[in-house]
Amino acid sequence: MMDLRDTYDVAVVGAGPAGLAAAANCARAGLMTVLFDEQASPGGQIYRAISTTPLKRDTIFGADYWSGAKLVRDFLASGAQYVPTATVWSLTREREIGVSVAGSARMVRAEQVILATGALERPFPVPGWTLPGVMTVGAAQILLKSSGLVPHGRTVLAGCGPLLWLLAWQYLNAGLCVDAILDTTPRAIRAIRHAPDFVLSPYLAKGLRLLLAVRRRVRVIANVVELRIEGRSHAESVVYRTISETEQRLPVDTVFLHQGVVPNVNLAMAVGIEHRWDEMQLCWTPVLDAAGNCGIPGIAVAGDGAGIAGAEAAQARGEIAGLAAVKALRPETLGRVLPDETTVRACLKRAMRGRAFLDAYYQPMSQFRRPIGNTIVCRCEEVTTGQIIDTVALGCNGPNQMKAFLRCGMGACQGRLCGLTVTELIAHARGVAPQATGYYRIRPPVKPITLAELAQLPKNESALRSVART
Amino acid sequence: MFRRLPDVDDATIEVTIDGRAERVRAGDTVTAALFSVGIESHRTADVSGTPRTPYCMMGVCFECLVVIDGVGNRQGCLVPIRPGMRIETQRGKREVGR
Amino acid sequence: MTKPPQREADVAVVGGGLVGASIAWGLARAGQRVVVLDEGDVAYRASRGNFGLVWVQGKGLGMPEYVAWTKRSSDGWKEFARLLNEQTGIDVGFRRPGGFHPCLSEREVEGRANLLARLHNQPATVKYDYEIVGRDRLKTMLPQIGPEVAGASYCALDGHVNPLRLLRALHAGMQQLGATYLSDHVVEQINVGGREFRLTTRHGELRAGKIVLAAGNGNARLGPMVGLKIPVRPQRGQIIVTEKVLPFLNHPIVTVRQTDEGSVMIGDSVEEAGWDVSVGTGVLAAMAERAVRMFPQLGRLNVVRSWAALRVMTADGFPIYAQSEHCPGAYVAACHSGVTLAANHALVLAPLIAKGSLPAEQFGGFSPRRFDVPAIA
Repeated sequence: MMDLRDTYDVAVVGAGPAGLAAAANCARAGLMTVLFDEQASPGGQIYRAISTTPLKRDTIFGADYWSGAKLVRDFLASGAQYVPTATVWSLTREREIGVSVAGSARMVRAEQVILATGALERPFPVPGWTLPGVMTVGAAQILLKSSGLVPHGRTVLAGCGPLLWLLAWQYLNAGLCVDAILDTTPRAIRAIRHAPDFVLSPYLAKGLRLLLAVRRRVRVIANVVELRIEGRSHAESVVYRTISETEQRLPVDTVFLHQGVVPNVNLAMAVGIEHRWDEMQLCWTPVLDAAGNCGIPGIAVAGDGAGIAGAEAAQARGEIAGLAAVKALRPETLGRVLPDETTVRACLKRAMRGRAFLDAYYQPMSQFRRPIGNTIVCRCEEVTTGQIIDTVALGCNGPNQMKAFLRCGMGACQGRLCGLTVTELIAHARGVAPQATGYYRIRPPVKPITLAELAQLPKNESALRSVART
Repeated sequence: MFRRLPDVDDATIEVTIDGRAERVRAGDTVTAALFSVGIESHRTADVSGTPRTPYCMMGVCFECLVVIDGVGNRQGCLVPIRPGMRIETQRGKREVGR
Repeated sequence: MTKPPQREADVAVVGGGLVGASIAWGLARAGQRVVVLDEGDVAYRASRGNFGLVWVQGKGLGMPEYVAWTKRSSDGWKEFARLLNEQTGIDVGFRRPGGFHPCLSEREVEGRANLLARLHNQPATVKYDYEIVGRDRLKTMLPQIGPEVAGASYCALDGHVNPLRLLRALHAGMQQLGATYLSDHVVEQINVGGREFRLTTRHGELRAGKIVLAAGNGNARLGPMVGLKIPVRPQRGQIIVTEKVLPFLNHPIVTVRQTDEGSVMIGDSVEEAGWDVSVGTGVLAAMAERAVRMFPQLGRLNVVRSWAALRVMTADGFPIYAQSEHCPGAYVAACHSGVTLAANHALVLAPLIAKGSLPAEQFGGFSPRRFDVPAIA
């Protein structure tokens, strides 16, 4: 039984830093605010399990993680209605939200909707990535934070990006030995022009400290240009090649993959928010104004879902989106109980400093974004690169026709783990830019709900007429 | 595949996993609980039937689908365990009526 | 990677959906040099959004020729599927186990029985068997049917196919037979001169001796360019797809069918919504409710996808086939049953187009001139 209202002033989707900050601002302004989140406790992914983790020693996770605790406390004290284990499966342009809690679906309306659904890990389609024993670095962090679980046996981390090093560092702090890091970070040439900004950013000092600490105790194999995972029914070895050498093999029990994060676009795309291909971050980001508003009145996007920029930037963007909602509905409260927008924007600017460098430096190499022949690209429907390329040759020139022909993108994950790969493969095969190639058309439900739940939602006269049979 | 860090000594509750009674940590999700008792593959792939393992732990990969209290295709990584829960790993497609 | 675009063809088929591709396949098979001009990746494409029924029962009240045309296609479908499989190696999953049209009340059963009786009593209507099945008998044929279903009409000629695999097989097959497929080639203008048609796209001009307009709702715009009035309008239908489950429903139902991959499709809403292809929760909810009333066990299945597509609806719901009188060599094929009629389009219509005429005895009734005749009360 949900005691949800039919309408709210503000509805926020996602309890990561952006969502928490946005909802708190709105609630403090006296707006009737609700925050829906899929997880059982607040924090999103970056602050996952921050209020429930069994690992209370703050020597494992680092100060950045624990800074999220204040954000959560402030949100819980703000007066916003917090609805955990809520699956938002649809959103209309008229700001009607389809949400499901405890197996029961409801429609809820709001004057302002802020989408803060965050990011997910970029797909890392290497041969063997679907084998048991292979997971993402994010998954490893979640198991560590939420459950205090760490892998048995030989553990290898592979890929590139700050999270990879963060996990290795956290594992070392927890007393776990990481057998090797296979670093696929490309040669740094492209990133150099962003270096000055990075040097002045908060990320440099933190990043260096972490990197050095890990490099002292973990075997790091740099410049990995080829990677595959082998095994019969389980990951048994990792085979890799670096720029200068021949193939090497490492026996493994568990492999954690990571090559950056990308916006989780499904809900935003389902409501019709325009997205553009970002040439640096190599992913789709929503087209927004400075306050996070998209082209649809009353709907804004904040946080990593608006463009990958890290937790601090996400929080700042969430604050800004919250302030914008307050300005639209209750402008007289601005400046009284709420942070000043100029200050928040200054925070955002500081948080964005150095991001361009990180983006350029850690931009994954093309062979890890466009895998070779037999590699599974769509995990759900088991469609390979070879099949996709062959179908381009048949005249199939976009992801939606490809979906129709091969079923890639039709599985349960709705393209979250294959969409970017498919767009890039088709674009490259045709010699056309990803922007022109496009992406899957996403429609609700963006998360599964049962037929029975759908069946008991309200239907007006015209809906009933549309299915009536004489 | 996974072991518990020594600091963690939270309360346990009893659930049924593939017909066997197991004590698992209260506060774990279904997927974490399955890992904690040594089960690595929680389902098989739809098309080929090969074993899969949960990949993302955050609700986007759908590799964690299991049967919970008789209802199939539930994302175990999003469901907190409850005392008396009946959990079954999924081999092959779901049956209608289960 | 891409072949240089063909600038000349015997036949240009405008539209690469099921209608266009079936006809192109048949034309290529008959030895014609065919070019298919299709839209890009994001297009209305009724062929990507349909239900996949190969359906006979209940069709043709108001046009006996359509009853015969439909039955003929259903009877020819098995061979059509076999030919496609033989040629391309793709099994399109055609099955004809017989289909049901369930009714949720006694009054609905009566209404259905009356409609079918009127249909079959039309003069010059081909005969085929169908049954009005009462609840008890229905339960033996469809054990999973829910308690609210009062009865159904059943016809052994009804079946279903995997419509996406069909489209893929036709595309592969027609190209194997030498047809050229040009995607992202929206036809902007058609000019007629001498013995040829000149089609203008944004990539340039293409010349063809004949053209076939198979562009779905786009036909309304193109028809007048070749002296054909083609009254078609978009009619929205929404569809729900569930997760895959083990086979449990062997027979297609007019609004529910289990695909060969295991997912359950639920559909058949009808809305006049212009060109709007957004889904609406109200309609999805209404379809879900009706499906669960028919098959209560479906309630617990997860919905993983939904979409809306635009049927190609002619003014009276029956197909339009014709050769233009003003511009001989220009043909049109427009219908909302591109799946059911694919066999006819490929194996009957295409060869006739290749030969150069549509016999009046067979196709007169389908001509768009029927819309010019004022209705006689």
